[in-house]
Amino acid sequence: MINWKVILNIAKTHLLTKMKSTVTAALGVTFGIGAYITLVSFMTGLNTMLDSLILNQTPHIHLYNEIAPTKDQPISLYEEFENSVHIISSIKPKQGQKKIHNALPILNYLKNKDVVKGATPQVRAQIFYLSGSIELGGSIVGVDIMEETRLSNMRDYIVQGSPEALKNMDNGILLGAGLADKMSLSVGDRVQVSTVAGALVPLKIVGFYQSGIADVDNVQSFCKLKTVQRILGESQNYITDINIKLYDIEQSPQLAEFLEKQFNVTATDINEANAQFETGSNIRNLITYAVSITLLIVAGFGIYNILNMLIYEKMKDIAILKATGFSGTDVQFIFMSQAMIIGIIGGILGLVLGFVLSVIIDGLPFETEALPTIDTYPVNFSLTYYIIGIVFALISTCIAGWLPSNKAKHIDPVKIIRGT
Amino acid sequence: MNNVLEAKNINKHFLKPKDFHVLKDISFAIKEGEFASIMGKSGSGKSTLLYILSTMDTDYTGELFLNDTLVTGKPASELSRIRNEHIGFVFQFHYLLSEFSVLENVMLPAKKLARKSNKEIEHDAYEKLSMLGIEKLAKQKASRISGGEKQRVAIARALINNPSILMGDEPTGNLDSYNSDNVFNIFKRLKEEEGLSLLVVTHDEDFAKRTDYIIEMEDGRIVSGQ
Repeated sequence: MINWKVILNIAKTHLLTKMKSTVTAALGVTFGIGAYITLVSFMTGLNTMLDSLILNQTPHIHLYNEIAPTKDQPISLYEEFENSVHIISSIKPKQGQKKIHNALPILNYLKNKDVVKGATPQVRAQIFYLSGSIELGGSIVGVDIMEETRLSNMRDYIVQGSPEALKNMDNGILLGAGLADKMSLSVGDRVQVSTVAGALVPLKIVGFYQSGIADVDNVQSFCKLKTVQRILGESQNYITDINIKLYDIEQSPQLAEFLEKQFNVTATDINEANAQFETGSNIRNLITYAVSITLLIVAGFGIYNILNMLIYEKMKDIAILKATGFSGTDVQFIFMSQAMIIGIIGGILGLVLGFVLSVIIDGLPFETEALPTIDTYPVNFSLTYYIIGIVFALISTCIAGWLPSNKAKHIDPVKIIRGT
Repeated sequence: MNNVLEAKNINKHFLKPKDFHVLKDISFAIKEGEFASIMGKSGSGKSTLLYILSTMDTDYTGELFLNDTLVTGKPASELSRIRNEHIGFVFQFHYLLSEFSVLENVMLPAKKLARKSNKEIEHDAYEKLSMLGIEKLAKQKASRISGGEKQRVAIARALINNPSILMGDEPTGNLDSYNSDNVFNIFKRLKEEEGLSLLVVTHDEDFAKRTDYIIEMEDGRIVSGQ
């Protein structure tokens, strides 16, 4: 029954004769949506970057042996004292617990598991860096460097040298950038490290590692797995940590729990380790949405206002339309479609505006010591935000158009024509 | 001859500001091809009656028949369709849509009815306009023509769907004697040439005297006529 051609034609004529108000209303939506797209793209780009800064260096599951005293002390095994209170003073953890027991079979097991993208062994050791008369405390991590670069974006953080150089050099070290600064060393130089036990080993610097987190770069360096095992004087099965990457990050908590029970090790999953980052990005997202929604609501009020005025101006026309046989619903659709047209045009222009602004921001230089891999501002060009944007534009104009158009629907033509 | 419009025992109250019995037991009928006028003093209820007859006002008791079908109590959407198809309306103040051209104004009710293609509707509209001698104004904006011309455009619009009856609420009330004569002659011709039924509320005694008969109203009752 509804004759859309006629209705849209009337709506179009109204909009065109009131060009100024139409443009104002549409621009309100355009700026609202444009600001939303820009804000959300920029904010999520920044969030993703900050998250990946931490998360990419964090394994999905981290296996290690927590140093802790044994829960079952010998006395609890002794039946005669079963119903007595046990008082033991000065409990100490057992020695030699840093190493994961049966690390190599565990690694093999993990590598054959379907859900696991990869598992890398690590040996962590506390050492001192010696440079002249200065001793700097720090740590050294023995890694299977090619596996690490495959599973994380470690390559991005090697600011000088390359992972291959480390692989090919038995006594090579990827020195933390902070350490290199402090000791004013450059690639090709030698650095001596001393273990806690006192062994002194010279290593050749093959590259610098800069994660962007100063606390890490000032203490940590990377070597080959074998090199660290040798420095410590341990055998090939001495492995302190296993890092696991999964195909699906969501499975990490279950697998972590399973591994903990199965192999009697401590397993932390990524959510546990990085709960605070999630909170941070959630709050940033919340702020982004709050600002954008406010902008869109303001735009919605603009449309509401203009449509309301239009309907007051068009009282007589509405009466005429109703007298000549247009139903209340027809009249409502005439004004609704005006709101929707403003919403669609304003919304699409808003998407374009948002995209252009995002491209401009994406091109702005943004160089900082802390982020070696970034040289322009990060922007997230996700289609999802554009879809959300246009849907939001339509919903808000729909609501803004509904109230005045509903009023137009119920205008009594007799009252208008008789002037009472 | 068939009744085009028939009212049976129509009563209406205005409840605000206080209860006022504005129409009292109105019954009358208009036959095909009749040209009737309603006269009465201000406040006699003649306009109120007309708006009930036009189906725009549904707040009354009694029965209203259009082409021998009961229209009282039908839903609003149905009444809109009936108005669109069977009733042409001419008001005292022209009431054209000022942003649209004369032609579009005339075509609008037919487009709403959507029985014919746009081409046919345009052809019909030109026919009506030339019958009223204003076809050269077709492309003009409705706001750019004179009062007498506007009223003729309104008549063309009222006729576009070939209605059963044409109603007028003081259609000449706002026009000078030359133009009101013109409008009367148009009405007369429509009755004689097209066999159209007309019902016109008017203050103008000269106008009323030239119609087929006068329904005279006083204090909400029909005092003479029929």
